Amino acid sequence: MSTQTKSRQVKLLQGNEACAEAAIAAGCRFFAGYPISPSSEIAEHLSVRLPQVGGRFIQMEDEIAAMGAILGAAMTGAKVMTATSGPGYSLKQENIGYAVMAEIPCVIVDVMRGGPSTGLPTSPAQSDVMQARWGTHGDHPAVALAPASVREVYDETIRAFNIAERFRMPVTLLVDEIIAHMRERVELPNKGEITLWERPRPTVPPDQYLPFGDTPTGVPPMANFGEGYRYHVTGLYHDPHGLPKDSPEVVDNVIRRLMRKVELGAPDILKHEEVLLDDAALGIVAYGSSARSAKAAIRLARARGIKVGLLRPLTIWPFIEGPVADLSKQVRHIIVPEMNLGQLVLEVERVVRGRCPVHRVNRVTGEPIPPDEILAKIEELA
Amino acid sequence: MFDYEKYLRLEMFPHIWCPGCGDGIVMKSLLRAIDRVGLQKDEICMVSGIGCSSRLTGYVDFNTLHTTHGRPLAFATGVKLAKPSLNVIVITGDGDALAIGGNHFIHACRRNIDLTVLLFNNATYGMTGGQLAPTTPTGKVASTARQGSIDPPFDACKLAIAAGATYVARGTSYHSQQLDRLIEGGIKHKGFALIEILENCNTYYGRPNKVSLLELLQWEKDNTVNVKAAERMTPEQLQGKIITGVLHQADRPEYVAMYEEHIARAQAKARAAA
Repeated sequence: MSTQTKSRQVKLLQGNEACAEAAIAAGCRFFAGYPISPSSEIAEHLSVRLPQVGGRFIQMEDEIAAMGAILGAAMTGAKVMTATSGPGYSLKQENIGYAVMAEIPCVIVDVMRGGPSTGLPTSPAQSDVMQARWGTHGDHPAVALAPASVREVYDETIRAFNIAERFRMPVTLLVDEIIAHMRERVELPNKGEITLWERPRPTVPPDQYLPFGDTPTGVPPMANFGEGYRYHVTGLYHDPHGLPKDSPEVVDNVIRRLMRKVELGAPDILKHEEVLLDDAALGIVAYGSSARSAKAAIRLARARGIKVGLLRPLTIWPFIEGPVADLSKQVRHIIVPEMNLGQLVLEVERVVRGRCPVHRVNRVTGEPIPPDEILAKIEELA
Repeated sequence: MFDYEKYLRLEMFPHIWCPGCGDGIVMKSLLRAIDRVGLQKDEICMVSGIGCSSRLTGYVDFNTLHTTHGRPLAFATGVKLAKPSLNVIVITGDGDALAIGGNHFIHACRRNIDLTVLLFNNATYGMTGGQLAPTTPTGKVASTARQGSIDPPFDACKLAIAAGATYVARGTSYHSQQLDRLIEGGIKHKGFALIEILENCNTYYGRPNKVSLLELLQWEKDNTVNVKAAERMTPEQLQGKIITGVLHQADRPEYVAMYEEHIARAQAKARAAA
């Protein structure tokens, strides 16, 4: 199905396939997974593609093992990924916390389906937004990205690897089932057009190396196992050498540094799109496939003379506080359509701080939000 | 005199293990075995779970990964498959490997991936205060089985053999010289190697069950029979005895080696198609 147009490859790709191909392009050479709808095509695709490029694919005995295996592989220097859906994402959460604490770069794809529990295994939802933020226990930073098209799945997968490696942490790609299973024409970037970030590497000899020391960015350089830098990695609080320590000072330094590296890195992590906001009196904040419905609703509303625009976070966590605050100073109302009963809207409300009313449009029936439902809310408020 | 210090992170001492604990005896045995095989420190990756024995990885000067409860085999599988040149040794306890990590245990055996697993079996959860373990003998007291356990215990070696492990041995912390050889054999073995080590937790197993450290060590001596000696004994003589030594050894393709062949085939096929 692929042809050459100018120099770029054009393909008809499914979202999950685009994710798998982007992982290869980003340098991913290790994937461990467990079958779960609606993400299994990612594993199936990589089981073929990874060996072709000298990488390794392994189907593990459960979701927890898949998460553990990628973290072990990442310690040897590999760029790693796993893919799952809501129930599996829940199972992985303890080891995701380990990746935060031990500062191990990894990408977790969560193709969101309806929950709770087994829920709606093959229907779309956006109900893991808060799981992506607070799924693992304890205070911790979180990064999650939410693409809204197949091409964007490709780009955001690469960005997920880049952020994971640069900041030594887990990054979640939050895809909803619609985007994951949709097929679109995709013009793939050439190799030279893709920017890759690598994990920071030690520049000192092993006897001076601090695997968990502080740095101006808050991110310590990472030596890979087997390169002569022998050190300890633990989920316990630890000193800059990685050795277990639980003094109040050590604990405070570690947790605050883990948070700080994401705060300092925010300019490299945050990303959003603005659509027709310049003259907007009404604003919509939407992500993933709900943003596609929102765009359709905006077209219809504009045709009727209503000035409405879209603010679309591609980075869900950390939250795009600045643009949302600015929007709340500009518009009379903000509408937040989500395929859940209100998750990201809680962040919007927190940032808006009552400057304007925030309205919800929610669907949890396993169906996409029809543009008409958003349009009805727009017309009600116009 | 064996030079243990060259393998230790001395700044980590004193260790957290109770006086009389078997963990230190096993750690010394492990270091002697590594020395006899002649492995370089940079070539070793030691992976552990959660529990008293799993703290071992903090004390030794290798590439060490102290993971989550029950999951060291999952992490170790990732390490070994991603970097086959590393010798991967897994430190795990009976609760870690057979209860919360039981699924990973049977599947690592099934794959026959080249890992050397030291399963420290003290028949209790020591770090959390002596709760019932999947290895606690029926009738014994635990903090969550005050009237004596009604649960039958697991036999880790039988489980490993049934699941497909290709080197299965059992030793004790009493027979430390034998243990050196069992661990050495496990490291040299190409495939999944399990060494189950019967050891004591005199603090949280001995005290509630009213047995002293000496009695626990005496038990390790009196109730075990070497597999070779057992061959000459009658079923009556073996009644109630635990067999030690190399219990099982088999020749079966190893997982990482098979994966390397899989990569070669996939690349050849892709080249032919191009």
